[in-house]
Parts: sequence; structure tokens; C-alpha cells
Amino acid sequence: MALYGMVIDLNKCNHCESCITACKVENNLQIVSKESAEMGRVMQWMRLATASYEGNYPDVRPVTMPALCLQCDDPPCTKVCPVRATYRRDEDGIVAQIYPQCIGCRYCMGNCPYNVKVFNWYKEAQPIEYEKCYNIDVAVRVKGVVEKCTFCIHRLQKAKENAAAEHRKVTEEDYIPACAQVCPAHAISVGDLDDPNSNVSRLKSDYRKFTLQEELGTQPKVFYLSAKSK
Amino acid sequence: MNNSQILDEDEVLFKPIYYSGKGFYILGAALLAVLLFGVAMYLRQLVYGLGETGMNQPVTWGFYIISFVFFIGISHAGTLISAILRLSKAEWRRPITRMAEVITGIVLVIGGIHPIIDLGRPDRIMHIFERGRLQSPLLWDLTSITAYFTASTIYLYLPLIPDIALLRDRGGRFHKLYKILAWGYAGTEKQKHVLEKAISILMVMVIPIAISVHTVISWIFSMTLQPGWHSTIFGPYFVVGAIFSGIAALMIVMIVFRKAYHFEDYLKEIHFNYLGTLLLVMSLLWFYFTFAEYLTTFYGHEPVEMRVFLYKFVGGYAPYFWLMVVCNFIIPLIFLTNKKMKTISGLLIASIAVTIGMWLERLIVVVPSLANPRLPFPTGIYIPTLTEISLFAAAAAAFVLGFMAFSKLFPLISIWEIKEGREESVRLVSERLNQYLPSKGHIKKIV
Repeated sequence: MALYGMVIDLNKCNHCESCITACKVENNLQIVSKESAEMGRVMQWMRLATASYEGNYPDVRPVTMPALCLQCDDPPCTKVCPVRATYRRDEDGIVAQIYPQCIGCRYCMGNCPYNVKVFNWYKEAQPIEYEKCYNIDVAVRVKGVVEKCTFCIHRLQKAKENAAAEHRKVTEEDYIPACAQVCPAHAISVGDLDDPNSNVSRLKSDYRKFTLQEELGTQPKVFYLSAKSK
Repeated sequence: MNNSQILDEDEVLFKPIYYSGKGFYILGAALLAVLLFGVAMYLRQLVYGLGETGMNQPVTWGFYIISFVFFIGISHAGTLISAILRLSKAEWRRPITRMAEVITGIVLVIGGIHPIIDLGRPDRIMHIFERGRLQSPLLWDLTSITAYFTASTIYLYLPLIPDIALLRDRGGRFHKLYKILAWGYAGTEKQKHVLEKAISILMVMVIPIAISVHTVISWIFSMTLQPGWHSTIFGPYFVVGAIFSGIAALMIVMIVFRKAYHFEDYLKEIHFNYLGTLLLVMSLLWFYFTFAEYLTTFYGHEPVEMRVFLYKFVGGYAPYFWLMVVCNFIIPLIFLTNKKMKTISGLLIASIAVTIGMWLERLIVVVPSLANPRLPFPTGIYIPTLTEISLFAAAAAAFVLGFMAFSKLFPLISIWEIKEGREESVRLVSERLNQYLPSKGHIKKIV
């Protein structure tokens, strides 16, 4: 049994947003119009959240951090789903979404303390260039369903199958989500939290570690490292 | 007094079934237009997606859920009030119960449709039955609303049977329909006994179901982690609010139909006086719950809760919040405690204020909590679009239309219960009174 988690080193992160772009392309996320974006309907599984502002006027800088589904070990969203369209996978701890099952009641969005779930408000026309390079491993969502980061579960699936074919275990090199793969600063690492020798387990024991809203008891599996506290 | 005279006396109750004025058709056409416009807007939403609404991330619930809670709340008017009045043998209930029960029936249908309107994929509604998770509060809701709808329609239908039999005996329009619905009721002793027994079983059953309905609706909110929602008081708070708005809606309906169908002789000042007192009690109860809810939040002073609290008290939703307090507490207090102002028009004003106020309360429960989530990036803003507003208007129009249609098929005031009251009430009440009072011999001794 594996328990996949992520560590994001905010001291390494340079806010280049390549993880956001990679995620969007990898997971066939819908590109929304400017009007929709202004209404707060941006479709991003990974986004740069403004946590606070530092400095005094006029030298004010937003303090941002990459925010994604924290893959809670005790997720509030799955508890309220009326049709089990979102659930925690026992074999790897990933909180998955079943798009053809979702009825679009958005109850899970309301109960997510981290606001990481997004909804397909419209099915908007996508640029032809974008449609041409859709990732065939990920379903294109219809309108009216909720979606969120799945830790690139399709990549894990492939890695598992390859490893099984070669009669070995999944190694850290086999499974890397898109955001971690493209990060130029190597700020994002993903791996098995149950394995004490894994990279994430090592990083997790760093004194700079914190998680978001730990007090809620959702036990997030995405950890942040920062010299300053959040 | 012989039978034909009694029939003549209640003729005014039969009249709306057979005669419709010009105003009826004009109003009906106007409301139908509003309803059809709403349906058209919904079809549009169905084609283009929920983007047609003003909802976004993080305000993922809006007018539809507000309407859902509001209309289901109004449904408490009915069955609950009528059941409690029947159970407590309040003689003045006789002309009121029918209207109250009709409100429940119509409004439950309207309210029950709203979550489906709110769904992103209404085509997958059957998933709830095929693979529903009973752990989800939405499933509890579905269960209790279905139970309440079943119980309250039967509870509406049973006391209707003797009246349908009266209509059947009169012949004329819809004779065949009445014949089927009357189930061969002829008013024999045995039939009467069975009917009364069935009604008394149902009225006891309906009360816990009705209370469960709004408790469970509040649990949709309070089972989440959202600040402002996660509160133990929500169950009773919502039930009180529901009964409160229900009484207000019932009074509006009564006053309007009293005027339109000339029921002045049946719905007298005293009925409104008693209901007004009930409304005042509920208003005070509502204020008590609201006060308790917000005072606890304020003294707890948790940052996430305080963001919602301040948003309601001084922030973006302050106008709605204070308007709600005025509508739900101050206006009813002024009109219902002052004898001079507790007239029928005064009660109408108070009832309309309460209805608006309770709608605002639902708005204030749903939106500010979503707009100020725990992790304040992003915070949200919610502006309803024409689609949502026209669907709300359509729901209101459907309510009035439903009532108008009902009044053309069945009497709005229970005729047989009025007759029964005339024939037996005095005897029954004096018998009951004699039971309450100390025996005469005893009185003599004291004197």
C-alpha cells in the first residue's frame, strides 16, 4: 500500500507558473473566456494563490503559493457526495473524481475548506490548437461536472502497469505528476509517504514543514516548506 | 334549521368552483406568462450550462438553493399548523386547515424541483437512486422531503373526501373526476369513523416528519466545515424560521382569498387575531435563535467565523442583514403588539414583511458563508442573473397558479368541517369544558 503525497518547497518556488500551465495541458482543462474568468470561473487545478501581501505602499508584493487539491487523508468533500463521484482510493490515498457519475450538485465544492474544486459552468469552444493536443489519457469533461487535481492519476496508472509488466515495484522515477516534472526549481516533489526512505518522507521531516489548516483534521497530504511561516 | 338552508349558507364556498370572474383569467394569463418565461429560461440554462447563473467559485450555491430552502420552509405552514391545531382541538381551525394544507402540497413540489434546477447534470438525477450514498445529507433530504410530500398530500386528500362527495352529489362539471376521487363516500357513520381515525393517525405522524424535513435541510449546511454553517443550533433555528414564514404565507393567502372570494363570513377577525399572536410568538422565537447564534459566534471570535460575521453585520451583506432584522422582528413587533395596528391590513403588512425577511434570511445563510471561505483566496461575490431571477418569479407564479387551479376544483374552506362545527362544536366544547371545570357540587360548596 502506498500513500502518495507532495511536498512543495516555497523557498525554492519562483512563481513561474509553469506547473499551472503543465497541469492545464496535461489534464485537458477547459480554457475559459475572459468574461468567465472575471466572474471567478477560472478552471485551474493548480493555481497561484495570494496568501498575503508584504511591504508597505507603494512597494507592495503579493506573497503567492501554488495551491492544489491537498488530497486530504480524511477528505470532507467525499463525505457529502450523494453519488460517490468523489472518493478516496484505498490503494494509494488519492482522492479521485468519477466524472461520468457526478450529478453536479456542487456540494463537495461547498465543503472543501481549501476551495480547490472547479466546476464546468459552460462548455466553451476551445482553440483548435489546444484541442489538437489533448492528452488522450485524460477524459475531456462535459459541462456541469466538478473536477479537481487528481495527482495525475493516469500517470500513476501507467507507471503501475509498466512496473507490473516488468515484475518490479513502482519507483519514484516512474511516477511524476506533470507539475513536478516541469518545475524548473525542483520545488515540487511527489512520492510515497509510507516509505520512510522516499524523497517526500525526507522532505516532510524538515523543520519548515506546514500544511494548510491543519487544525481542521483533514490531514492533507500536500505539505509546504517555508522558512517564514505562512 | 334544515339541510337546504345550511347548503345555502355555505353556497359562497362553492361559488368560486363554478364561477370565475374576469380578473381570474387576466391574473391567470399573466402568471402563466411569467411561468412560461421561467421555463424558457431554464431550457436555456439546460442547453448552455449553469454558467447562465451568477454562481462561481467559491459561491457555488445561489438563488436556487435559497429558493429551495425558502419554499420548503413555507411548506411548514401548512400541514404542521393544521396538524397542531387539529391535535389541540382548536375549534377555530375549521376554516383554516384546508388552505394551510394546500400551501404545503403546492410549495413542496416547487421547492422540491429547485435542487434539480440547481444540478449541473439533471440528466443524471437517477444516479441518486441507483448509487446514492446514504451518508450524504442530500440523501437524507431527498428521503425526508419525499416522506413529507407523501404524508402531506394524503393529509390534504383525506379531509377533502367528504367535500368531493358533496361536489359529486351536486353534479355538473368534472362529475366523473369527483366520482373517482370521492371513493364512494356517502357520509355513513362507519365511513365517518374510518375517515376521522385516518385523519387523526396522520396528523400525529405528519408532525415529526415536518420537523425532520427542515432539520435535515439545515443539516445540509451544518454538516459542512464552512464558517457560519457549522453550527449545532441550525436544526431548530431552521424549523422555527420555517414555521414562522409558513404562518406568514398562510395569512397572506387567507387575506387574499378572503377578499377575492368573499369569505369574510368564514375567516373572521378572530382567526387573524389568533394567527397574529402565533406569528408574534414565532417572531420572538426567531429573534431569540438569531441572537443566540450570532452572540456565540461573536464571543468565540474565531477569525474565520468573524469574517462571515462582519460580512453580514457591517460588510457587503449588511443592508440585507439589517433589512432582515427589520422585516422579521421590528415590523411584526410593531404591528402585532399594538392593538390598534393589529387589523387585517396590519397583519397583511406584517406577513409580507416576514415573508421577505425569511427569504433574506435564507440568502444570508447561503451566500456570505460561501463568499468568505476558510482559506480567503479567493473570496467571492455573487450577483444573480436574469435566469435566476426569472426562475424565482416563475416559482412564485407557479405557487399562485397552483392555488388558483385548486380553488377551481375543490373548495378552499373545508365545508364538511364547517358544517360539523355548526352542528356539534357547541355541544362538544361545552362537554369538554365541563370536564375541565370543577364539578358543580364542588363550586356550590365554595360558594
